[in-house]
Amino acid sequence: MAPHPDKPQVYHPKMAPTWWLKNPRYFLFMMRELTSVFIAIFLVVFLIQIFKLSQGPEAYASFLEKLRSPGWIAFHVVALLFALYHSFTWFDLTSKVQIVQLGKRRMPPRLVTAASIGVWVILSLAVLLLFFLL
Amino acid sequence: MSERKTAEPLWWALFSAGGVVAAFLVPIHLFLHSLAAPLGWIPDRLISYDRMVALFGHPLVKVYLFFVIALPLYHWAHRFRFILFDLGLKGLRKPVAVLCYGGAILGTAGALWVLLQV
Repeated sequence: MAPHPDKPQVYHPKMAPTWWLKNPRYFLFMMRELTSVFIAIFLVVFLIQIFKLSQGPEAYASFLEKLRSPGWIAFHVVALLFALYHSFTWFDLTSKVQIVQLGKRRMPPRLVTAASIGVWVILSLAVLLLFFLL
Repeated sequence: MSERKTAEPLWWALFSAGGVVAAFLVPIHLFLHSLAAPLGWIPDRLISYDRMVALFGHPLVKVYLFFVIALPLYHWAHRFRFILFDLGLKGLRKPVAVLCYGGAILGTAGALWVLLQV
């Protein structure tokens, strides 16, 4: 294409779809992005589980039976690992982006990450406790 | 779409909110409902049909579940959109965005509908 005076030519590097396999950091980046897919699939399955509740006891029981199959258990184990990877990368990243000040001093990002993990533990225990006690 | 005004800030805010909800609350619910319950690690009386209907039928629990399910879908939509771009679908910006955010909106409507049934 002939260069147009009003349109600057932009260089578009051609990247192979497998570019993220070339470097461990790119690979981890792609895994982090992929966590969202596993989380979304879990949420859809969870929503179906809730829908089955509205369809009566038999529908609910047979869906729980399906979730007991080795395939679904294996999927959810992997999905849980991806979900945890999302949590920790998210806490790590937000602590760097968000500046938390205490007086005049900036809290070190590592401390903010640790605080987020603390909140995560407390919230998780609270969900468990409420599920068992409500 | 003009260069100045886009819906990007809205999608980014939803992405961000979904990321927070997913980080703090998704692992425990995944463990509880999709692993511990089917594997029999939770007493039967707690996951019996009547108990679950009573729990998930509570208005406050419904509101909570709505946000726990709907918000991370926007997190997915945003990240998946950029996964597809990064894998080479740069020429299909509009259809990819419509597919991703449309999916999240559909999921939100589905969550609302399902939660109103229980």
